[in-house]
Amino acid sequence: MKFKTYRRVESLDEAYQLLQEDRKNMVVAGGGWLKMSSRTLETAIDLSALGLDRIVAGEDTIEIGSMTPLSAIEADSGIAALASGILSQAAGAVMGLSFRNLATVGGSVVGKYGFSDVLTPLLAMGAELDFYGEGRISLEAFLKKKGRTADILKSVIVPRSLGPGYFKKVRKTRLDFAALNLAVVTTQRGYRIAVGSRPSAATLGEEAMEILNSADTIDEATIEKAARAVASLKYGDNPRASKAYREHVAYVYTKRAIEEVRDCED
Amino acid sequence: MKKKTFKTVNTQFPSVDGKGIMMGRPAYTDDFAPVDALTIKVLRSPHPFARIASIDTSAAEAMEGVEIVLTHKDFKRNPFTRAGQGYPEPSPHDKFVLDEYVRYVGDEVAAVAAVDEETALSALDAIDVEYEVYEPVLDFESAKGHDSIIHPEKEVYEMFPIGFDPERNVAASYHMEIGDVEQTLAQSDVVVEETFYTQAQAHTMLEPHTVNAHIDYQDRLVLFSATQTPFHVRRILSQTLEVPISRIRVIKPRVGGGFGGKQAIHGEMLAAAVTLRTGRPSKLTYTRQEVFESSYTRHPMRLNIRIGSTKDGRLTALDLQGLSDTGAYGEHALTVYMVTGSKVLPLYNKVDAVRFAGDVVYTNHVSSGAFRGYGAVQGNFALESAIDKVADKLGMDPMALRQKNMILEGETSPIFEVMGEGTEGTAMDMESCKLDYCVKRGMELIGYEEKSPRREVSEHKIRSIGGAIAMQGSGIPYIDMGAATLKLNDDGFFNLTVGATDIGQGSDTILAQIAAEQLEVPLEKMVVYSSDTDLTPFDVGAYASSTTYVSGNAVLKAAQQMRSRLVEEAARSMQTSPEAIIYEDGRFEAEDGSPGIDLGELATKLYYNEDQKQLTTTGSYYGTKSPPPFMVGFVEIEIDRETGELDILDYVSVVDCGTTINPALARGQIEGGIVQGIGMALTEDEHYSKKGKLISKDFLNYKIPDNYTVKKLTTEFADSYEDSGPYGAKSVAEIGIDTPPAALANAVENALGVRIRSLPITPEKIVAALKESRTDT
Amino acid sequence: MKIELTVNARRRSVEVSPDDYLVDTLKKLGYKSVRRGCDTTSCGVCTVLVDGDPIPSCAFLSVRADQRAVTTVEGIPETASALAEEFGQTGADQCGFCNPGIALTVHAMQEKESDTDDETIRRHLVGHLCRCTGYQSQHEAIKAYLGDEK
Ligand SMILES: Cc1cc2nc3c(=O)[nH]c(=O)nc-3n(C[C@H](O)[C@H](O)[C@H](O)COP(=O)(O)OP(=O)(O)OC[C@H]3O[C@@H](n4cnc5c(N)ncnc54)[C@H](O)[C@@H]3O)c2cc1C
Repeated sequence: MKFKTYRRVESLDEAYQLLQEDRKNMVVAGGGWLKMSSRTLETAIDLSALGLDRIVAGEDTIEIGSMTPLSAIEADSGIAALASGILSQAAGAVMGLSFRNLATVGGSVVGKYGFSDVLTPLLAMGAELDFYGEGRISLEAFLKKKGRTADILKSVIVPRSLGPGYFKKVRKTRLDFAALNLAVVTTQRGYRIAVGSRPSAATLGEEAMEILNSADTIDEATIEKAARAVASLKYGDNPRASKAYREHVAYVYTKRAIEEVRDCED
Repeated sequence: MKKKTFKTVNTQFPSVDGKGIMMGRPAYTDDFAPVDALTIKVLRSPHPFARIASIDTSAAEAMEGVEIVLTHKDFKRNPFTRAGQGYPEPSPHDKFVLDEYVRYVGDEVAAVAAVDEETALSALDAIDVEYEVYEPVLDFESAKGHDSIIHPEKEVYEMFPIGFDPERNVAASYHMEIGDVEQTLAQSDVVVEETFYTQAQAHTMLEPHTVNAHIDYQDRLVLFSATQTPFHVRRILSQTLEVPISRIRVIKPRVGGGFGGKQAIHGEMLAAAVTLRTGRPSKLTYTRQEVFESSYTRHPMRLNIRIGSTKDGRLTALDLQGLSDTGAYGEHALTVYMVTGSKVLPLYNKVDAVRFAGDVVYTNHVSSGAFRGYGAVQGNFALESAIDKVADKLGMDPMALRQKNMILEGETSPIFEVMGEGTEGTAMDMESCKLDYCVKRGMELIGYEEKSPRREVSEHKIRSIGGAIAMQGSGIPYIDMGAATLKLNDDGFFNLTVGATDIGQGSDTILAQIAAEQLEVPLEKMVVYSSDTDLTPFDVGAYASSTTYVSGNAVLKAAQQMRSRLVEEAARSMQTSPEAIIYEDGRFEAEDGSPGIDLGELATKLYYNEDQKQLTTTGSYYGTKSPPPFMVGFVEIEIDRETGELDILDYVSVVDCGTTINPALARGQIEGGIVQGIGMALTEDEHYSKKGKLISKDFLNYKIPDNYTVKKLTTEFADSYEDSGPYGAKSVAEIGIDTPPAALANAVENALGVRIRSLPITPEKIVAALKESRTDT
Repeated sequence: MKIELTVNARRRSVEVSPDDYLVDTLKKLGYKSVRRGCDTTSCGVCTVLVDGDPIPSCAFLSVRADQRAVTTVEGIPETASALAEEFGQTGADQCGFCNPGIALTVHAMQEKESDTDDETIRRHLVGHLCRCTGYQSQHEAIKAYLGDEK
């Protein structure tokens, strides 16, 4: 990545104005992903002077500033206590520690990367995003929107009222992208299941959620049906795994996830 | 067997340079690049096969800061091989410094030298190339006789017969048979036939290929290069660029890993050409993408194996026939393929008949070349996978079958005489072979009796054991030569200069240990300097597992000569006869009890006081045989029966490499090899797009093992002594990589009953095989 | 742009372009231990500490080092030399190209973690690829170093 000027902005508004001014102006968060692009930008907008790197635990939610590095998420005890620590696990599953000191949650969310390990648990947890500009929007809705956002992400908001959770990253080595990632969380409104790296971006397993949440008991037959439903989401091939293998592990790990979460709840 | 207690060898010492390197002192090639060096960048082909119809460099040349742009028009059509081998090379001369043809995505089109990297990169963008695109050969199984001929040019040639047939896309070809294989197989009670595939593996040494060049004040071309073969680099540069060899100096500083990848010539030609033409210093460092895309890989192979056996498990015949993909250029084509047979098949030396044959074909892939294991790892995967199949068919324990048939001390194999590397071989008996001990000890360490073949540990998890045996060589007899010079200094310390190239394996340290042992001085008294074509004696370089055995013997000879010269000088100084001198631990005493002298005192006298003279001695050595190291590898895995994902709980290696000169460094060689072999077995794979472009061109997409890959490595050495080696040593550098592919395939079959025949063994392949086996039954 | 930073406790002021990466700026300043192993933040070779935290200097913008404290291995000679001793004991001292980065990560871990058990060591070190050792000898050496330091 190349760019001509660099601005450490002093307000969100300044950042927002710059972003609207020119399509070649861009927020540079950790810069981890941007580094690999061969694009030439006009102005790099640095948000690091705005105090967006804090994790604030409120009554009902935890608010994670968009510039929070993944290593800080991994180390936060409040986040570790949520949904069996699935967000901490997912953040900790990205590359090595020095990389996680650089990469931010904002960059991970706004980029909508198909492989993202962070999006999957956030989606399962029912996270919301707070943008300067657009305001609050659910992650679910954000992921469905096409195109890149011209807004500035301030923070990611995670509800605290979550039951047990499960996270799995299927990968070749510890430092690899996911062949598939899966998160299951129990919430007050029932099970939520998200699957990512299909290889396209995380999506909710809505049919499976419906099966589970309308069932009287979560018995083996229900689990089997839910797992089949997750396996029938849309998957594809890439060098990390074939469509068939993705369907297979989605099925296997959904079963294990639901069993584990159910047994935790009991 | 000679065996004595040692003072310096067979003892663990830290590497002589480990501390300085950890502290970040300048050590590697790029650390020595002249500050004003031009940066060289290379324009590379986007097509797997094309002819450069036209190339316009005028815009690039006109750019400020661009010093020179080189294209094929600037070079004579003088084919060479990048292989980095001795002379004459057993690899076809099929490469031009720059050529009008490009034969893989990443092949060189043009080079720019500019004041800085940014300018050089912009200049590359300004070069206008028109390609005439040809149909590429992207499937090695259909390369032979393909309509597209990858090397149609008339200038390419072989230096001696290697089966080179470029019109049919054959770079090399080999055939040998001892006894009558077909007839023996026909008469065998049991025959197993299997076909295996091995993939291209990338070396991924952490230091990319790096070179810098300048003209010194004596008007000579000086190159610093991260190379395993500085003397070959000097020769090949001289022959190809037509510069007198006496005008070239190649210095190998600290090298950040090689594994065979730095045996070849990579950036040296272009850096030398730029500096010779401009008179200005230049430097060229490959990007990681270039390391993947434009250096070379392990040869992918298809291997078809047939093994015959009697009912009671006596192996009768081995037949290994294959096809090897050398990519765009034929570096190491013949020799790697020969080693696939010659350093694998003798493991079962008691068969009645053995055959080995195959072609090595050109494709429009990244070139293949030397890589630790050098064919043996591919052959071992086929043979040691198939042996488990034979055991299965016989209803015999696979290790019992191996114990019954494997080579033992004092025995030989007719293959040694028939097959060398590119030429005929050398007959030899196994004077040191503790394979039987290795297998027994390995079984104890892994807990074979209790754990083999499998145990269920939970609803989803199974633990199982897999094993394999392996051999390698120690240099190439009558070809590999190493030399060493010792110089005595005042106060009695020595300079040891060797042509042998330390590339991180620790050869500087172990060679110093050998000299210190012979001269009975502490290791600190041995100051070692390696690989500078002006200052050190010749050595072929770090390859073919030759350094400890060949260069080590050269050091030993130099040290023996130095010892007798010292005794002579001490006798003169003490006014007695050399025969009357007893030398021990740096002190000379006379048998008659007259006053002795310390080495330091003698040395100082020799330089300043009495009959002054410089003592230097040089030893050189070439092998007359290549005593193989042997080993057994056992792996214990825990595998998920539903997803095929597996963890490596323990990898046990028991190795016979003769005396370990430095046990910690020997362990480092084995464990490094094992984990590289595990990478090849499980996670490393080169992916190409349909159009022939490499996708796995960075560490994001090419996954080597990390520190979570293996839970535990258990490494032991057999008590062994090779008489022909320095202080009983054989080689240890390559053999570690050989066993993991077969051991892991065997463990997977033991766990789940499915046989994976193509590398890498991925969870996905395991699941697919499980599905298939369910539908079969 | 001009930035002011401290490198190994020494104040430096240097002219950088907005898109320069710290690895190149440090090289320019003469810190030879900072080397590139890949171009995709995947290998750990170029690791340096910024305010005590390890980061991949090939992806860290130099402008962001303004007013911050950068440490290269030249700045931690005691750690590096003591760690080298242990590497020498286990045979982990092979090609060494990954070693300066490892020394810095170990140094940072030591400052941060009170309990350096096997898993903690693995977790801190996992971003450092090594193609020579097979990792176990490194792991043992780091453990021995941390044990000795206690
Ligand atoms: C080698 C490598 C391996 C990786 N492996 C994994 C992995 O295994 N799993 C995984 O989940 N992720 C992985 N990632 C992705 C990584 O975790 C981060 O998601 C990625 O680096 C982006 O974060 P960043 O802070 O570096 O963002 P940047 O690269 O700085 O930015 C990314 C994008 O987000 C935009 N952006 C950032 N912040 C904001 C904001 N506040 N408002 C508006 N737009 C914003 C930027 O403009 C840009 O378009 C990997 C990345 C790399 C380079």
